[in-house]
Amino acid sequence: MSTRNRPLSPHLDVYRLPLLAIMSISHRITGVGLAIGMFALAWWLCAAASGPAEFAVAQAVFGSFLGKLFLFGWTVALFFHLSHGIRHLLWDSGWGFEIPQAYLSAKVALGATVVLTVIAWIIGLA
Amino acid sequence: MTTLRSPIGRARGLGSAKSGMGHHWSTIVSAVGLIPLSLWFVVSIARLAGADHAVFTAWIAKGPNAALLILTIGLTCYHASLGLSMVIEDYVTCKAKKFAALLATRLIAALLAVGMSVSILKVAIGG
Repeated sequence: MSTRNRPLSPHLDVYRLPLLAIMSISHRITGVGLAIGMFALAWWLCAAASGPAEFAVAQAVFGSFLGKLFLFGWTVALFFHLSHGIRHLLWDSGWGFEIPQAYLSAKVALGATVVLTVIAWIIGLA
Repeated sequence: MTTLRSPIGRARGLGSAKSGMGHHWSTIVSAVGLIPLSLWFVVSIARLAGADHAVFTAWIAKGPNAALLILTIGLTCYHASLGLSMVIEDYVTCKAKKFAALLATRLIAALLAVGMSVSILKVAIGG
């Protein structure tokens, strides 16, 4: 029996992931990233509890270029995870399993991520 | 009513996914709670950009802010612990490492939740 024409499962390192697969793995990556980001929140609140001098240092760190870059990544990750999480809730309710619906909700989630991130930074920098 | 569950699985109240249904439901409940809370949190934090200690203390002591912040942090640590457990269960195959990672995830999540709550209360009440 010839084995040449068997369908092969895609090798992840040579296979260009479709949008829906990228959305799926990004949900996990942003989730893990946000969990690690909780240490930064803990440090910020700890500084606030320690006193005005410590809090001023923490605020200066988050207000620096690298701090802002971290916070920007954090807001993108949060809003992506939030928007994509709503897709998961829709799937759990039984909606959106057809391919066109899945692509539509993926694009809406990506659009919502951009819009919410921009709004958050308008508020933050205002 | 036909069912795909085995009689022993039904008797134990456990399917092949064991406690998976409870895990998933807890993830959903915390996720739904976190939708409004995380939006409130980001708007609040964004408005506190560059604030000094006095402004921060006044904000945290005002109205429901301390309670909402503790709720946000508690639900986030719980949701993160559930999600990280799932990731660990999927990718860590060594049983000893998996057990250690699951244990550490829960304990660190509890530590962060309690630690941050105490910090918030210290600022809100004692600050």
